[in-house]
Amino acid sequence: MNALFQYISTIFKGVGSLLTGMKITGKYVFTPWNNVTQQYPENRDTLKMFDRFRGEVIMPHSESNEHLCTGCGICELNCPNGSIEIISKMELTEEGKKKRAIDQHIYHLGMCTFCNLCIKACPTGAIVMGQNFEHAVWDRSKLTKVLNLPGSKIAQGVKE
Amino acid sequence: MGFNIYDFSGMTHNMHLWFLERMSPTATTIVEWTIIGVSYMLFVALFGLFLVYAERKVCAAFQQRLGPMRVGYWGLLQTIADFIKLLMKELIMPKSADKFLYNLAPFIVMIATFLAMAVLPFAKGLQTLDFDIGIFYVTAVSSVGVIGILLAGWSSNNKYSLIGAMRSGAQILSYELSVSLSLVTIIILAGSMQLSVIVESQRDSWFLFKGHIPSLIAFVIFLVAGTAETNRGPFDLAEAESELTAGFHTEYSGIKFAFFFLAEYINMFIVAAMATTVFLGGWMPLHFGSFESFNVVMDFIPPLVWFFMKVMGVIFLIMWFKWTFPRLRVDQILTLEWKYLLPINLINILLMSLVVLTKFHL
Repeated sequence: MNALFQYISTIFKGVGSLLTGMKITGKYVFTPWNNVTQQYPENRDTLKMFDRFRGEVIMPHSESNEHLCTGCGICELNCPNGSIEIISKMELTEEGKKKRAIDQHIYHLGMCTFCNLCIKACPTGAIVMGQNFEHAVWDRSKLTKVLNLPGSKIAQGVKE
Repeated sequence: MGFNIYDFSGMTHNMHLWFLERMSPTATTIVEWTIIGVSYMLFVALFGLFLVYAERKVCAAFQQRLGPMRVGYWGLLQTIADFIKLLMKELIMPKSADKFLYNLAPFIVMIATFLAMAVLPFAKGLQTLDFDIGIFYVTAVSSVGVIGILLAGWSSNNKYSLIGAMRSGAQILSYELSVSLSLVTIIILAGSMQLSVIVESQRDSWFLFKGHIPSLIAFVIFLVAGTAETNRGPFDLAEAESELTAGFHTEYSGIKFAFFFLAEYINMFIVAAMATTVFLGGWMPLHFGSFESFNVVMDFIPPLVWFFMKVMGVIFLIMWFKWTFPRLRVDQILTLEWKYLLPINLINILLMSLVVLTKFHL
């Protein structure tokens, strides 16, 4: 008797779980405005990528051409495939002390796997992930980028 | 010729007379056969293409995508382009394949599909053959297709093809039983195997509603077993892409592959059409007992539209199964059939007999 009860209960349980699955996919099918497909070249002007989308590593600069990078090189250490090269230089501060600063933050887009480790490791938040994804170029050398703009310097009060 | 959208029998009769006036009875028969054959072939090709398009769109909707959008308006010409591509493909045959059987297999599958379609009542007077054993004929003929599948797997001389074909054989042979028994449940209720009689006796209310719970159980079992028999949905382990590349039609290319592909989709249509005819009243409009004005409005919609509306509804349900449920393992498939569907079916037949004996049905 117990076995029979179990047999019948498995049938109802199975049908119930199948109906749960059908309810979920049914919700998808009857709410077509939630579709995720983007018809890219047509909606290029209005297309907005998701916030967490990882397009490329960028270094934001303020209006006065200042960034937050101290040239510490932690991002270079954290990069698993060597996409980042830090070339630092020594600068004299106003007090006459020697201080390390960034000379060139070289980023090889062609080698990057967009793993986000450099951004997580950056102690000052100098680099972030950008939203641009149109990376096609005719020449491979164009994939090597210098992230700090020419003539830029570190913002006041940023410490290592 | 007296065209009437609600009743085609007058039109076909007039056509027959028109031919007889102009030629001998033998020539008339040949001409009529040709017309019927060509229209069936056109229907299979066009409706098959439409079903492929519909499947891609429905699948996309289930996965929150858009599906084909580029070829034609909303991708309408996509399947036609695919079909032209398939026609131009080279026909490749494995070196050590059994040449005769390899070439024969797609045609057997296709012939079974055409044979099963012959008895479907599309609308009033739009039925090619009206046997008094119509349901029996459909179940018998639709299982011929499995021979084609087994031959395709065997003659390809490929282990994946053979495994796929064997799985398909085991599956179709077991689920054939459930399909037949769930149809038997309705035959008890209808008292006839003739499809036109079955449709006619659903004028007042469909068998799905007429037979109360036993009908509903039979309908569900028919849908599950029918899906299994077309090698679709959660039961597509005969062509499990992840394990067997494409199962029995791995080695086929070009138009021969297209035959298998089209036959699969048309078989889905046949299952849906049988479910419509037997459970959902065929081309009969939806009638509710005493709502006279409602019934009149429903009568206004032509039977052909009713038939295809119901068929598309059932096809949508089958696609819903396919794009929701994960694929079953071989042992799970056999467990489902022999331990669950078959006993439930037998008890269901008993229940239905009780309902009919006590005249409990409407």
